[in-house]
Amino acid sequence: MAKDIWAFIELREGKPRKISLEAIGKGKELAAARGVKLGAVVIGAGSGAAAAEVAKYGPDVVYAAEDERLKDYSTEPYARVLGDLIKEHNPGVVLFGVSALAKDLAARLAARLGASLAGDVIALEGDGELVATRPVYAGKAQTKVGFKGEPVFLTIRPNVFPAAAAGDKQAEVVKVGPKFEDKDFRAQVKETIVPKKERVDVLEADIIVSGGRGMKGPENYGIIEKLADQLGAAVGASRAAVDAGWRPYSDQVGQTGKVVGPNLYVACGISGAIQHLVGMSSSKVIVAINKDPDAPIFKVCDYGIVGDLFEVVPAVTEEVKKRKGQ
Amino acid sequence: MRVAVLVKHVPDTETRIQVKPGDKKIIDEGVTYVVSPFDEFAMEEALLLRERLGDVQITAVTLGPQRATEALRTCLALGADDAILVSDPAFDGADAYVTAKALAAALKGGNFDLILAGKQAVDDDAAFVGAAVAEFLDVPVVNLVTKLEVDKAAGTATATRDLDGYSQVIEVKLPALFTAQKGLNNPRLPALMGIMKAKKKELKVLNAQALGLAPGEVGAAGAKVEVKEMFVPSKARRNKVLTGAPAETAPELVKLLAEEAKIL
Ligand SMILES: Cc1cc2nc3c(=O)[nH]c(=O)nc-3n(C[C@H](O)[C@H](O)[C@H](O)COP(=O)(O)OP(=O)(O)OC[C@H]3O[C@@H](n4cnc5c(N)ncnc54)[C@H](O)[C@@H]3O)c2cc1C
Ligand SMILES: Nc1ncnc2c1ncn2[C@@H]1O[C@H](COP(=O)(O)O)[C@@H](O)[C@H]1O
Repeated sequence: MAKDIWAFIELREGKPRKISLEAIGKGKELAAARGVKLGAVVIGAGSGAAAAEVAKYGPDVVYAAEDERLKDYSTEPYARVLGDLIKEHNPGVVLFGVSALAKDLAARLAARLGASLAGDVIALEGDGELVATRPVYAGKAQTKVGFKGEPVFLTIRPNVFPAAAAGDKQAEVVKVGPKFEDKDFRAQVKETIVPKKERVDVLEADIIVSGGRGMKGPENYGIIEKLADQLGAAVGASRAAVDAGWRPYSDQVGQTGKVVGPNLYVACGISGAIQHLVGMSSSKVIVAINKDPDAPIFKVCDYGIVGDLFEVVPAVTEEVKKRKGQ
Repeated sequence: MRVAVLVKHVPDTETRIQVKPGDKKIIDEGVTYVVSPFDEFAMEEALLLRERLGDVQITAVTLGPQRATEALRTCLALGADDAILVSDPAFDGADAYVTAKALAAALKGGNFDLILAGKQAVDDDAAFVGAAVAEFLDVPVVNLVTKLEVDKAAGTATATRDLDGYSQVIEVKLPALFTAQKGLNNPRLPALMGIMKAKKKELKVLNAQALGLAPGEVGAAGAKVEVKEMFVPSKARRNKVLTGAPAETAPELVKLLAEEAKIL
């Protein structure tokens, strides 16, 4: 008999992240195709409240592991809880939304359970044999992979699969009491540093406006932020801008930064080096603004404007404002 | 102290990747191989640890074909004391799981206080091997480290790691494994003196049998993930590039985004 599908729910400030709702969304589809149930797992101190919230998004059951020792994310205690649940209930597939935390947890636990793992999945066929498509060589190639043995762990890329929407049905919430071993606490979180950030993270955003070396200095990012505000977008940066100290590393898009796939990516003053392209080439629509008509970014964009970004970006901002006002 | 650094020999990030239709791997011809960028951060951190702590013995370890020896030579030239090449035709078709099993077997008994790896190898981008090696050796792992301090006397390390959007400061008992990410340090280049010295350093080669791995555990037989197909994705872009005064191009762009791409 086919085994159930699970979605791991990652919490941020007590709320399920958007990528986790996408895991539920894809999980529901997969469960329906296979005629099995969808379970969701919420782990953390205070996860009881989050589980009630997750229960509205359409899983058949929600497992909630609440414990003071799970207050801060730490690899081994979380792997213990999720691992014990998996051993008890035997799901066939566990879906995680791609994030630093999910990749960390999935890797450790896959090794422990001998699970098959594929990361950064961008397409998934699941009605017959499970086949996942994932990028390799920083996205320059893709592979289709099959799996030997269950469970299969999949981390799915953000903005690829539709997020589940909340409904009226409330799934059953099952509380679980974690059992730890001493060695789960060999690593201890001493401090958590949350930088002040008023804007959405590039990994969560539907639209990203990025600025590169062409911005000339940190003081000029105001014009990028204004456009981002109009679009409800996150602000990204090229490595050149990050290395120059103009923008924080958390904004960096590319091979050594974040790999993003928003609906719209606007590259301003970015030349389009391969290491940048591999971080954003799966964006649905790419816009480039650059004064050099020969910049490589124009070869991979949907729409481009050749011109001085200091004139073009404010003009585009004005036009977006006008259109939104209509 | 003993430190192991896991390095993978991967195509240079500038390399154009090509796949012959029907094949499950890239065309190897004309590809330049380098130490994977995140592993350079790991290697540099080992060197910095030695500079700070004094008595640190560094072993570079790789699993790969014969050509992967070059990655080890680079590490030896940078200052590693010795190196291990895990190599065997039997590893053909291995996935990250098998790789981690074999690397863990190679490290077992080496009494390493710290194992450093990259957060991911830029060929398979699995982001798995570091954590898996730690699991197989039953030591804790701290992934995505941007700062690392070792307290030799206490037998602990304090690492800062980045979890997109926030960071954690983690204290961990040694032995432990850490995966490096950008921001940890600025890798140096090998100096000529080092390259000369590297030639005389010990480079051990281990095959599957020497590691005590059974045929069923290595290569495609031991793999959990099977590549069925590899291809270079083609993405048709509209490629409409507008030139002219911003007063004309800006409204035109916004119109296209709204009406053609239907994105606004
Ligand atoms: C191992 C490795 C990993 C890397 N990882 C990354 C990564 O993760 N992310 C990343 O981005 N890069 C990465 N790089 C660096 C990459 O190769 C490029 O150096 C970098 O992307 C260049 O950034 P840029 O486009 O902002 O700067 P540049 O290449 O200098 O381009 C600036 C552009 O701005 C344009 N411009 C200047 N002034 C104006 C103006 N007034 N109006 C309009 N346009 C203007 C110029 O025409 C030019 O095209 C990596 C490199 C290596 C070797
Ligand atoms: N074949 C290998 N030889 C040595 N180290 C490896 C190998 N494969 C992976 N690693 C290490 O594990 C890290 C993560 O690799 P991966 O899980 O393949 O993305 C790399 O950055 C290396 O430090």
